[in-house]
Amino acid sequence: MKRGFSILAIVTALLLSFALYEALIGAPTERTMGDVQRIFYYHVPSAWTAFLLFLINFVASVTYLIRRDAKADILALVTAEVGVVFCTVVLVTGPIWARPVWGIWWTWDLRLTLTLVLWLIYVSYLMLRRFSTSSQTPVLAAVLAIFGALDVPLVYFSIWFFRTQHPSPVIGDGGSLDPRMAHVLLINWAAFLCLAWLVCWTRYRLEVVKREVEEAQSLESLLEASG
Amino acid sequence: MSYLYAAYIATWLIHGTYLAILVRRYSRIRREMESLKTRSK
Repeated sequence: MKRGFSILAIVTALLLSFALYEALIGAPTERTMGDVQRIFYYHVPSAWTAFLLFLINFVASVTYLIRRDAKADILALVTAEVGVVFCTVVLVTGPIWARPVWGIWWTWDLRLTLTLVLWLIYVSYLMLRRFSTSSQTPVLAAVLAIFGALDVPLVYFSIWFFRTQHPSPVIGDGGSLDPRMAHVLLINWAAFLCLAWLVCWTRYRLEVVKREVEEAQSLESLLEASG
Repeated sequence: MSYLYAAYIATWLIHGTYLAILVRRYSRIRREMESLKTRSK
């Protein structure tokens, strides 16, 4: 287990370094936007990683509601937390790109607004988990997570079905991304996926140990109370 | 170019802050484990 973690940490560090080099130097410069376009190599993979984490959170939440499995509950908590971190990156890098390209930091465009709503839903999920002391908290959080997950396809497909200011899809159907740029984009996504996996693994272990300590503390209090 | 660097620095600041929070949580849990061990002796 420890060896696997170390290998993943090394692979992640190497991939992130290579991905950074490719994003800043290796990728060709875009003709109209210039170097600012390179923000795309951090913005888009962060968004995809956040969506994937929220999807795992959805599956884990449904599993918890069906089986009341503590492992699924921990996985839901961990993926929501790491997903919020990646979603924060999206919401910060987006306006930094928009300022020189659109001339404004923010607009209440459908995709931007839905992404902000998604972030707020998962922040409230984490607040609920952090501050509620009810024994029903995991159930309430799982239900909230299911509603939150409904926003993910809305964010993702909003640029397909609605007229928005956000750039159109650049890969897949109708995409016109230079193959060298697509290559750099996928390297960065692989690097961020490894980072997300590493952080989720660490956070999962931390949560397991935290719950064990809390259980031991409650047991200790019970033994003290019973004399 | 400054916007590009700002975006990349902001990204690593966000990840770095989260990792620092995890390290702090780990230290707190470790302290609690130590105190549990001490009390149980």
